[in-house]
Amino acid sequence: MTGTGASAHVAAQARGTLIIGACQAGVQLASSLREQGDTEPIVLVGEEPHAPYQRPPLSKAFLKGEATADSLTFRTHEFYAEHHIELVTRERIVAIERDATGGVATAESGRRFEFARLALTTGAVPRQIPFDGSELEGITYLRTATDAALLEQRLAGAHDVVVVGGGFIGLEVAAGARAAGKTVTVLEASPRLVGRAVSETTSAFYLAAHRRRGTRVILNAQVVRFLGEHDRVTAVELGSGDVIKADVVLIGVGVIARTELAEQLGLAVDNGIVVDASALCSDGLTVAAGDCANLPNPSLTPGGIERLRLESVQNAVEQAKVAAATLLGRPAEYSTVPWFWSDQADLKLQIAGLSGGHDQIVLRGDPDSEKFSVLYYRAGQLIAADCVNRPLDFIAVRAMLHSGQHLPSDRAADLSLPLKKLFLPAVPVLIGK
Amino acid sequence: MPSVTYISATGGETAVVGFAGDSVMETAVRNGVPGIVAECGGSLSCATCHVFVCADSVFPAMEDLEDDMLDGTAVDREVNSRLSCQLKLLDADIRVTTPETQV
Repeated sequence: MTGTGASAHVAAQARGTLIIGACQAGVQLASSLREQGDTEPIVLVGEEPHAPYQRPPLSKAFLKGEATADSLTFRTHEFYAEHHIELVTRERIVAIERDATGGVATAESGRRFEFARLALTTGAVPRQIPFDGSELEGITYLRTATDAALLEQRLAGAHDVVVVGGGFIGLEVAAGARAAGKTVTVLEASPRLVGRAVSETTSAFYLAAHRRRGTRVILNAQVVRFLGEHDRVTAVELGSGDVIKADVVLIGVGVIARTELAEQLGLAVDNGIVVDASALCSDGLTVAAGDCANLPNPSLTPGGIERLRLESVQNAVEQAKVAAATLLGRPAEYSTVPWFWSDQADLKLQIAGLSGGHDQIVLRGDPDSEKFSVLYYRAGQLIAADCVNRPLDFIAVRAMLHSGQHLPSDRAADLSLPLKKLFLPAVPVLIGK
Repeated sequence: MPSVTYISATGGETAVVGFAGDSVMETAVRNGVPGIVAECGGSLSCATCHVFVCADSVFPAMEDLEDDMLDGTAVDREVNSRLSCQLKLLDADIRVTTPETQV
């Protein structure tokens, strides 16, 4: 046995739960175990130097200097102490062995963590792009508070900012940098922005809105290599031959689920750690939750994609609650209305539901007014909405998708009435005797 | 330092010490007070930090967006409803009641 202090004590007893990944899902899982009455030891281990903190503000308030890793922490140290949750930072787990009664996880440092129950909340890492010049100083990714602090520092002295990837993270950073007076260029490889998450209507709106604010957006952009002088990035070269000046490059081209520990355990892995609706992995013992998990579509609306990964706060929180119940022998089926948000400049985007497989779109409001919603229908049923600066539409659609009420598509565009006044009961229920 | 008392829908009280400048929502979440969900972390996107402010606790008037979002809370709003992410603590002690559910 190795280890020090309280954790050696826990390990020696080989009891309790080990949660790997001190993030949104990990903190929720630990808290939920206690809320659900678990009195066994809980160890929450993470590799970052900080106590667990909120990630969404890293691409927003953090870069404006309005937040720090400390101000973004989820829980006080007193909370962890009072609830007997041992928080271990700066330890990266590299090996796990387990059987049906428990096992042991070993950190890079050699420290060992024994456990009876295991939860993986390992999250995701930014997808890297291996172009020539990727090692130059000034080329950054954004996932952790450490990344954000570095980016903030580099942005401070920068004039020309290039963002590779026109997804949420990239556009949030671009909007912030532009508002701070930088010359900003967004390079998107596909024909439209945020193509993975929203419809063409919403994509076209964001293209126009960012251009209106002075950001240069190049679609179908093919990055060839990064150019530099004295080991610092100075420009990005495109397939078109264009060379875009850059003091800082942020690469935001999606994330890859961290599955290496799951693979080591022999768990099923397929774009994430494969779990069932109770967050249980293929060994029937380990649970996984959050960005790292590939789960059955939890949407309350029928149809749509069968399995997916969900990169959202809401999923991290709700799936972790289900995972905690499963560890305690009370498995529940996870179902919800997935929702997402993105703040870019003064544009508040809120998405309720999953729009995949829609066959009809209703536009509510005028995109040029920067206040509108796109409502998605499948087989006549509302399944999702993108709401830009229309929080009431978002709240109404989310509530409607929860309750299963119906919103006729021929009335949804009527701005004279709030959406919630347009709902009809779901399906007439016939009660026979 | 101000004390914040959270009264659950069933009447249970949790009192925690807050810091001036922090919100009533942040103070609850950091201390693991049940009854406040706050999925969006205070960016006025989710309406899951709804509270009813007790008569002896006073806050500045709300802005339009908070007013709009309060129309979409899980438990219907009342005259003393606020989103606790918008309630910044000063020096005074505060008492709020949390609704039965937030989602």
